[in-house]
Amino acid sequence: MSKYWKLIYNGIVPGNPVFVLLLGMCATLGTSSSAMNGLMMGIATAAVLVCSNAVISAIKSLVPDKVRIPAYIVVIASFVTALQLVINAYMPALNASLGIFIPLIVVNCILLGRAEAFAGKNPVVDSICDGLGCGIGFTFALTLLGSVREILGTGKIFGTEIYPEDYGMLVFVLAPGAFIALGYLIALVNKIRKAS
Amino acid sequence: MKKLASTLPNMIISLGLITVIAGALLGAVYSATKEPIAKMEKEQQVAAIRQVAPPFDNDPEADLWTTEIDGLKYSVYPAVMDGKLQGAAVMGSSMNGFAGEIVVMCGFDLDGTVRNYVVLSQAETPGLGSKMQQWFRDPAGVRSVIGKNPSKTHFYVSKDSNGEIDAITAATISSRAFLETLRHAYQAYLDYAKTQGVSVDEAK
Repeated sequence: MSKYWKLIYNGIVPGNPVFVLLLGMCATLGTSSSAMNGLMMGIATAAVLVCSNAVISAIKSLVPDKVRIPAYIVVIASFVTALQLVINAYMPALNASLGIFIPLIVVNCILLGRAEAFAGKNPVVDSICDGLGCGIGFTFALTLLGSVREILGTGKIFGTEIYPEDYGMLVFVLAPGAFIALGYLIALVNKIRKAS
Repeated sequence: MKKLASTLPNMIISLGLITVIAGALLGAVYSATKEPIAKMEKEQQVAAIRQVAPPFDNDPEADLWTTEIDGLKYSVYPAVMDGKLQGAAVMGSSMNGFAGEIVVMCGFDLDGTVRNYVVLSQAETPGLGSKMQQWFRDPAGVRSVIGKNPSKTHFYVSKDSNGEIDAITAATISSRAFLETLRHAYQAYLDYAKTQGVSVDEAK
């Protein structure tokens, strides 16, 4: 059991996809304009990551080495497309706020990265734990970044007002603010990691 | 289990099998979600019509009338009660916004007074132009378009000559595009009323 906990923990703190590995930056910067968007994007990515890790790990011995990348991508793309259809059908508001970033999960480096680095070499249960850990880590990072940007940019968090919107710094809702906020968060995480 | 060797037949069979299975599964998901997606889209549209149009007992989608203004499609969903036209919901768009298309559903009373509006889609700057859904119903100053009639009030931003609506702070381009959509929607409504033999002027 402790082995599985370790795998999950690894994805959240020491191997956090956003703050430590710096993977999946496009989706991170694009969808973290508010805490809710970040959380939803994180959950969507985590769901695909767990499923794709499980399937890739299950079929790894049936896939010849030279065609493993296209095979993995087909698996990942299938899950993303299925997820997009389901979101379209049952959560139209989410579809409207995340838009193009849902189909773009396919090219998120975290998914292929975990498939290559972990799921292609390890048993199914381990791979699911790894996917879960990285997924939670990604969700955590996006929600944190989204919260920071939402508070600084609009004075709200999860849509609840903290201070009047007029005092917000709009730049944090826009793209440049995403880079600034992410940079400071990574610096902070590095400082904490060095200290411990 | 040992990994399959990378021989040509192995690769073809393996990749072929994976894509066929993935394709079949996606087909299944597609057909399972096709109906809910179509239903959801229709519901959203009906909800928007219901929100902006005067009370009606007809099926506005069945009575749809479309026209083209400046090369863009405007859809008029008439609201009819007891066989008499009460007004309409007009869906129209503008390409003159700051970023991409702005789609608005606007409801008119019989005399052309704006009842309500819903911004269906826009990609304006977050925090500025994207405020249009709230801004133009805000009673502060002369921001609101609700209850105003485009034939009496100039639906232009107050910065422009004769404009009588306050633009969103720091988002004049978005505001101009929004008001343009409303003006065109009003025009589309007038055109529709004409085809029905209803004089909008008399209703005033």
